[in-house]
Amino acid sequence: MEIPYNVQPRPDTGLYNSKLGIWLFLASEVMLFGGLFSAYILLRVGAEPGYWPHGWLDVRFGTLNTILLALSAITTLLAWVACKVGEFGKFKFFHACTIVLALTFLGVKMYEYHDKWIHYEIKLADGTFADGHMESAVYVDKSGKELESHSYRGNGFTEVTDGVTNSYQLASVTIDGRIVKDETLLYDLRSQKNIPRDPVTITADKITSMENYGPWHNTFLAIYFTLTGLHALHILGGTFVIGYMWGPGSKMWKTNREQFTNRIEVSGLFWHFVDLVWIFLFPVLYLT
Amino acid sequence: MIFPLARKRTKMSLKAFHLIFVTLLTALSFGFTAWAFTNGHPMMGALGIVAAILVIYYGFYFLKKLKKISYL
Repeated sequence: MEIPYNVQPRPDTGLYNSKLGIWLFLASEVMLFGGLFSAYILLRVGAEPGYWPHGWLDVRFGTLNTILLALSAITTLLAWVACKVGEFGKFKFFHACTIVLALTFLGVKMYEYHDKWIHYEIKLADGTFADGHMESAVYVDKSGKELESHSYRGNGFTEVTDGVTNSYQLASVTIDGRIVKDETLLYDLRSQKNIPRDPVTITADKITSMENYGPWHNTFLAIYFTLTGLHALHILGGTFVIGYMWGPGSKMWKTNREQFTNRIEVSGLFWHFVDLVWIFLFPVLYLT
Repeated sequence: MIFPLARKRTKMSLKAFHLIFVTLLTALSFGFTAWAFTNGHPMMGALGIVAAILVIYYGFYFLKKLKKISYL
Protein backbone atom coordinates (compact mmCIF):
# COMPACT_ATOMS: atom_id res chain seq x y z
CA MET A 1 0.00 0.00 0.00
CA GLU A 2 1.34 3.43 -0.90
CA ILE A 3 1.36 6.09 1.80
CA PRO A 4 -0.69 9.06 0.56
CA TYR A 5 0.88 12.56 0.31
CA ASN A 6 4.35 11.22 0.79
CA VAL A 7 5.57 13.16 -2.23
CA GLN A 8 2.68 15.25 -3.50
CA PRO A 9 1.17 17.90 -1.17
CA ARG A 10 -2.18 17.27 0.42
CA PRO A 11 -4.73 19.58 -1.27
CA ASP A 12 -6.21 21.07 1.90
CA THR A 13 -2.96 21.84 3.74
CA GLY A 14 -0.70 22.28 0.74
CA LEU A 15 1.95 20.25 2.56
CA TYR A 16 3.42 16.83 1.94
CA ASN A 17 3.94 14.58 4.96
CA SER A 18 7.53 15.31 5.81
CA LYS A 19 7.00 19.06 5.51
CA LEU A 20 4.12 18.87 7.97
CA GLY A 21 6.35 16.78 10.23
CA ILE A 22 9.28 19.20 10.14
CA TRP A 23 7.03 22.19 10.89
CA LEU A 24 5.57 20.39 13.91
CA PHE A 25 9.09 19.57 15.02
CA LEU A 26 10.18 23.19 14.54
CA ALA A 27 7.21 24.32 16.63
CA SER A 28 8.50 22.18 19.50
CA GLU A 29 11.96 23.62 18.93
CA VAL A 30 10.58 27.15 19.22
CA MET A 31 9.21 26.18 22.63
CA LEU A 32 12.55 24.67 23.68
CA PHE A 33 14.65 27.69 22.70
CA GLY A 34 11.89 30.06 23.80
CA GLY A 35 12.07 28.57 27.30
CA LEU A 36 15.83 28.99 27.40
CA PHE A 37 15.65 32.58 26.15
CA SER A 38 13.09 33.25 28.91
CA ALA A 39 15.52 31.73 31.41
CA TYR A 40 18.21 34.08 30.11
CA ILE A 41 15.97 37.12 30.57
CA LEU A 42 14.99 36.10 34.11
CA LEU A 43 18.59 35.41 35.10
CA ARG A 44 19.69 38.73 33.70
CA VAL A 45 17.04 40.90 35.32
CA GLY A 46 17.52 38.98 38.57
CA ALA A 47 21.29 39.49 38.68
CA GLU A 48 22.77 41.74 41.35
CA PRO A 49 23.68 45.18 39.98
CA GLY A 50 27.20 45.13 38.58
CA TYR A 51 27.42 41.36 38.52
CA TRP A 52 26.10 40.63 35.01
CA PRO A 53 29.06 40.19 32.65
CA HIS A 54 29.52 42.52 29.70
CA GLY A 55 32.16 42.16 27.02
CA TRP A 56 33.16 38.63 28.01
CA LEU A 57 32.66 37.22 24.52
CA ASP A 58 34.73 38.17 21.51
CA VAL A 59 32.39 39.93 19.06
CA ARG A 60 34.77 39.18 16.17
CA PHE A 61 34.19 35.44 16.52
CA GLY A 62 30.44 35.93 16.91
CA THR A 63 30.39 38.08 13.75
CA LEU A 64 32.42 35.52 11.84
CA ASN A 65 30.03 32.75 12.87
CA THR A 66 27.03 34.89 11.87
CA ILE A 67 28.52 35.38 8.39
CA LEU A 68 29.23 31.64 8.10
CA LEU A 69 25.67 30.69 9.00
CA ALA A 70 24.15 33.36 6.73
CA LEU A 71 26.20 32.00 3.82
CA SER A 72 25.19 28.43 4.69
CA ALA A 73 21.50 29.43 4.57
CA ILE A 74 22.05 30.70 1.02
CA THR A 75 23.91 27.57 -0.08
CA THR A 76 21.17 25.37 1.41
CA LEU A 77 18.57 27.24 -0.61
CA LEU A 78 20.68 27.04 -3.76
CA ALA A 79 21.11 23.28 -3.26
CA TRP A 80 17.32 22.91 -3.17
CA VAL A 81 16.92 25.12 -6.27
CA ALA A 82 19.54 23.01 -8.06
CA CYS A 83 17.45 19.92 -7.31
CA LYS A 84 14.35 21.67 -8.59
CA VAL A 85 15.98 22.42 -11.95
CA GLY A 86 17.56 18.97 -12.14
CA GLU A 87 21.18 20.03 -11.79
CA PHE A 88 22.59 17.34 -9.56
CA GLY A 89 26.19 18.52 -9.88
CA LYS A 90 25.30 21.97 -8.60
CA PHE A 91 23.32 20.42 -5.75
CA LYS A 92 26.42 18.45 -4.74
CA PHE A 93 28.56 21.59 -4.85
CA PHE A 94 26.19 23.79 -2.81
CA HIS A 95 25.55 21.14 -0.20
CA ALA A 96 29.30 20.53 0.15
CA CYS A 97 29.67 24.29 0.74
CA THR A 98 27.00 24.09 3.46
CA ILE A 99 28.86 21.26 5.19
CA VAL A 100 32.19 23.11 5.06
CA LEU A 101 30.58 26.30 6.44
CA ALA A 102 28.87 24.35 9.24
CA LEU A 103 32.09 22.59 10.24
CA THR A 104 33.95 25.91 10.23
CA PHE A 105 31.24 27.36 12.49
CA LEU A 106 31.72 24.46 14.92
CA GLY A 107 35.49 24.92 14.79
CA VAL A 108 35.19 28.58 15.74
CA LYS A 109 32.76 27.67 18.52
CA MET A 110 35.16 25.05 19.88
CA TYR A 111 37.94 27.64 19.90
CA GLU A 112 35.71 30.01 21.89
CA TYR A 113 34.85 27.26 24.36
CA HIS A 114 38.52 26.38 24.77
CA ASP A 115 39.31 30.04 25.43
CA LYS A 116 36.81 30.04 28.29
CA TRP A 117 38.05 26.68 29.55
CA ILE A 118 41.61 27.91 30.10
CA HIS A 119 40.49 31.27 31.52
CA TYR A 120 40.73 31.34 35.34
CA GLU A 121 39.60 33.61 38.11
CA ILE A 122 41.77 33.16 41.18
CA LYS A 123 40.80 34.50 44.60
CA LEU A 124 43.92 35.42 46.53
CA ALA A 125 44.57 35.33 50.26
CA ASP A 126 44.93 39.13 50.45
CA GLY A 127 41.37 39.61 49.11
CA THR A 128 42.41 40.54 45.56
CA PHE A 129 41.59 38.62 42.38
CA ALA A 130 43.84 37.35 39.60
CA ASP A 131 42.24 36.82 36.23
CA GLY A 132 43.68 35.45 33.03
CA HIS A 133 44.48 32.52 30.80
CA MET A 134 46.41 29.59 32.19
CA GLU A 135 50.00 29.46 31.05
CA SER A 136 51.34 26.73 33.29
CA ALA A 137 50.99 25.07 36.68
CA VAL A 138 53.97 23.73 38.63
CA TYR A 139 53.53 20.69 40.89
CA VAL A 140 56.06 19.16 43.30
CA ASP A 141 56.21 15.69 44.82
CA LYS A 142 57.52 14.78 48.29
CA SER A 143 61.11 14.56 47.09
CA GLY A 144 60.88 18.09 45.71
CA LYS A 145 60.79 16.97 42.08
CA GLU A 146 58.98 19.56 39.94
CA LEU A 147 56.51 18.83 37.21
CA GLU A 148 55.29 21.59 34.92
CA SER A 149 51.86 21.18 33.42
CA HIS A 150 50.26 23.41 30.79
CA SER A 151 46.86 22.82 32.33
CA TYR A 152 45.58 23.09 35.89
CA ARG A 153 45.16 19.59 37.33
CA GLY A 154 43.65 20.53 40.67
CA ASN A 155 45.47 21.15 43.93
CA GLY A 156 47.13 17.77 43.74
CA PHE A 157 47.16 14.51 41.80
CA THR A 158 48.86 11.12 41.82
CA GLU A 159 50.71 9.61 38.92
CA VAL A 160 51.96 6.05 38.53
CA THR A 161 55.23 5.79 36.60
CA ASP A 162 56.99 2.41 36.21
CA GLY A 163 54.97 0.99 39.10
CA VAL A 164 55.91 3.85 41.43
CA THR A 165 53.12 6.10 42.73
CA ASN A 166 53.99 9.77 43.05
CA SER A 167 51.77 12.34 44.75
CA TYR A 168 52.11 15.87 43.43
CA GLN A 169 50.96 19.05 45.13
CA LEU A 170 50.37 22.39 43.45
CA ALA A 171 53.30 24.77 43.95
CA SER A 172 52.41 27.70 41.71
CA VAL A 173 50.38 28.76 38.70
CA THR A 174 51.25 31.25 35.98
CA ILE A 175 48.50 33.05 34.14
CA ASP A 176 48.53 35.61 31.36
CA GLY A 177 46.37 38.25 32.95
CA ARG A 178 46.16 40.80 35.74
CA ILE A 179 45.34 41.31 39.40
CA VAL A 180 42.40 43.49 40.47
CA LYS A 181 41.29 44.63 43.91
CA ASP A 182 37.56 44.53 43.26
CA GLU A 183 35.86 41.52 41.65
CA THR A 184 33.26 43.73 39.93
CA LEU A 185 36.08 45.12 37.74
CA LEU A 186 36.14 41.70 36.07
CA TYR A 187 32.46 41.87 35.11
CA ASP A 188 32.21 44.84 32.78
CA LEU A 189 35.06 44.61 30.30
CA ARG A 190 33.55 46.96 27.71
CA SER A 191 35.57 49.95 28.90
CA GLN A 192 38.69 47.93 29.76
CA LYS A 193 39.78 46.87 26.30
CA ASN A 194 43.31 48.23 26.53
CA ILE A 195 44.27 46.95 29.97
CA PRO A 196 47.68 45.26 29.62
CA ARG A 197 47.94 41.58 30.36
CA ASP A 198 51.20 40.16 31.63
CA PRO A 199 52.35 36.79 32.92
CA VAL A 200 51.54 36.60 36.65
CA THR A 201 52.95 33.79 38.80
CA ILE A 202 51.10 32.99 42.01
CA THR A 203 52.34 30.54 44.62
CA ALA A 204 49.87 27.98 45.96
CA ASP A 205 49.89 29.37 49.53
CA LYS A 206 48.44 32.67 48.22
CA ILE A 207 45.54 31.00 46.43
CA THR A 208 42.23 30.81 48.30
CA SER A 209 40.23 29.38 45.41
CA MET A 210 40.44 29.19 41.64
CA GLU A 211 37.91 28.34 39.00
CA ASN A 212 37.85 28.40 35.23
CA TYR A 213 35.19 30.11 33.13
CA GLY A 214 33.10 26.96 32.72
CA PRO A 215 29.32 26.79 33.00
CA TRP A 216 29.65 26.50 36.80
CA HIS A 217 31.42 29.86 37.14
CA ASN A 218 28.29 32.05 37.14
CA THR A 219 24.77 32.18 35.73
CA PHE A 220 25.86 34.07 32.60
CA LEU A 221 28.29 31.33 31.61
CA ALA A 222 25.76 28.66 32.58
CA ILE A 223 23.12 30.03 30.21
CA TYR A 224 25.77 30.88 27.59
CA PHE A 225 27.05 27.31 27.45
CA THR A 226 23.51 25.89 27.59
CA LEU A 227 22.17 28.05 24.76
CA THR A 228 25.20 27.88 22.47
CA GLY A 229 25.87 24.23 23.32
CA LEU A 230 22.33 23.23 22.41
CA HIS A 231 22.56 25.33 19.27
CA ALA A 232 25.90 23.73 18.36
CA LEU A 233 24.32 20.27 18.82
CA HIS A 234 21.62 21.30 16.37
CA ILE A 235 24.30 22.42 13.91
CA LEU A 236 26.07 19.09 14.37
CA GLY A 237 22.84 17.13 13.88
CA GLY A 238 21.94 19.19 10.80
CA THR A 239 25.42 18.65 9.38
CA PHE A 240 25.02 14.87 9.76
CA VAL A 241 21.67 14.96 7.95
CA ILE A 242 22.97 17.24 5.17
CA GLY A 243 26.10 15.08 4.95
CA TYR A 244 23.94 11.98 4.55
CA MET A 245 21.88 13.65 1.82
CA TRP A 246 25.07 14.72 0.10
CA GLY A 247 26.65 11.25 0.38
CA PRO A 248 24.82 7.92 0.59
CA GLY A 249 21.35 9.47 0.67
CA SER A 250 21.85 11.07 -2.73
CA LYS A 251 21.31 7.68 -4.42
CA MET A 252 17.61 8.48 -4.19
CA TRP A 253 18.13 11.09 -6.92
CA LYS A 254 18.18 8.22 -9.44
CA THR A 255 15.12 6.41 -8.10
CA ASN A 256 12.78 9.12 -6.82
CA ARG A 257 13.89 12.60 -7.79
CA GLU A 258 10.83 14.41 -6.42
CA GLN A 259 10.98 12.83 -2.98
CA PHE A 260 14.70 13.52 -2.79
CA THR A 261 14.06 17.19 -3.61
CA ASN A 262 11.44 17.26 -0.84
CA ARG A 263 13.99 15.86 1.58
CA ILE A 264 16.42 18.62 0.64
CA GLU A 265 13.70 21.19 1.27
CA VAL A 266 12.88 19.69 4.68
CA SER A 267 16.54 19.63 5.75
CA GLY A 268 16.80 23.21 4.46
CA LEU A 269 13.86 24.26 6.64
CA PHE A 270 15.59 22.80 9.70
CA TRP A 271 18.84 24.51 8.74
CA HIS A 272 17.11 27.86 8.35
CA PHE A 273 15.54 27.47 11.78
CA VAL A 274 18.95 26.79 13.34
CA ASP A 275 20.34 29.85 11.55
CA LEU A 276 17.42 31.92 12.76
CA VAL A 277 18.13 30.91 16.37
CA TRP A 278 21.68 32.19 15.93
CA ILE A 279 20.34 35.51 14.58
CA PHE A 280 18.80 35.96 18.05
CA LEU A 281 21.63 34.39 20.05
CA PHE A 282 24.34 36.60 18.58
CA PRO A 283 23.01 40.03 19.67
CA VAL A 284 21.68 38.72 22.98
CA LEU A 285 24.92 37.09 24.10
CA TYR A 286 27.64 39.03 22.31
CA LEU A 287 26.35 42.58 21.92
CA THR A 288 24.37 43.33 25.09
CA MET B 1 -11.31 21.94 -7.21
CA ILE B 2 -12.23 21.27 -3.61
CA PHE B 3 -9.75 23.59 -1.91
CA PRO B 4 -9.02 26.51 -4.25
CA LEU B 5 -7.66 28.81 -1.52
CA ALA B 6 -5.21 26.22 -0.26
CA ARG B 7 -3.48 26.19 -3.62
CA LYS B 8 -3.02 29.94 -3.61
CA ARG B 9 -1.66 30.51 -0.13
CA THR B 10 1.99 30.15 0.87
CA LYS B 11 2.78 26.56 1.64
CA MET B 12 5.38 27.11 4.32
CA SER B 13 8.12 26.51 1.78
CA LEU B 14 11.84 26.98 2.05
CA LYS B 15 11.59 30.09 -0.13
CA ALA B 16 9.14 31.73 2.30
CA PHE B 17 11.33 30.82 5.28
CA HIS B 18 14.36 32.14 3.43
CA LEU B 19 12.66 35.50 2.94
CA ILE B 20 11.94 35.70 6.68
CA PHE B 21 15.56 34.82 7.34
CA VAL B 22 16.83 37.52 4.96
CA THR B 23 14.52 40.10 6.57
CA LEU B 24 15.80 39.29 10.05
CA LEU B 25 19.39 39.26 8.80
CA THR B 26 18.84 42.77 7.45
CA ALA B 27 17.49 43.89 10.83
CA LEU B 28 20.50 42.28 12.53
CA SER B 29 22.90 44.05 10.16
CA PHE B 30 21.38 47.44 11.01
CA GLY B 31 21.31 46.62 14.72
CA PHE B 32 24.93 45.48 14.59
CA THR B 33 25.90 48.71 12.81
CA ALA B 34 24.17 50.80 15.48
CA TRP B 35 25.84 48.77 18.25
CA ALA B 36 29.28 49.10 16.65
CA PHE B 37 29.14 52.88 16.22
CA THR B 38 27.74 53.53 19.70
CA ASN B 39 30.37 51.30 21.31
CA GLY B 40 33.39 52.72 19.52
CA HIS B 41 33.98 50.06 16.85
CA PRO B 42 33.94 52.05 13.58
CA MET B 43 35.46 49.21 11.52
CA MET B 44 32.76 46.83 12.66
CA GLY B 45 30.17 49.53 11.97
CA ALA B 46 31.46 49.82 8.41
CA LEU B 47 31.26 46.04 8.10
CA GLY B 48 27.66 46.20 9.34
CA ILE B 49 26.73 48.79 6.69
CA VAL B 50 28.35 46.73 3.93
CA ALA B 51 26.56 43.61 5.22
CA ALA B 52 23.22 45.44 5.33
CA ILE B 53 23.64 46.67 1.73
CA LEU B 54 24.64 43.22 0.52
CA VAL B 55 21.76 41.50 2.32
CA ILE B 56 19.22 44.02 0.99
CA TYR B 57 20.60 43.66 -2.54
CA TYR B 58 20.49 39.88 -2.21
CA GLY B 59 16.93 40.04 -0.84
CA PHE B 60 15.67 42.06 -3.82
CA TYR B 61 17.64 39.86 -6.23
CA PHE B 62 16.04 36.83 -4.64
CA LEU B 63 12.55 38.37 -4.84
CA LYS B 64 13.14 39.15 -8.53
CA LYS B 65 14.10 35.54 -9.12
CA LEU B 66 10.98 34.47 -7.27
CA LYS B 67 8.83 36.42 -9.73
CA LYS B 68 10.60 35.09 -12.79
CA ILE B 69 10.83 31.47 -11.78
CA SER B 70 7.45 30.03 -10.97
CA TYR B 71 8.68 26.73 -9.55
CA LEU B 72 10.39 28.54 -6.72
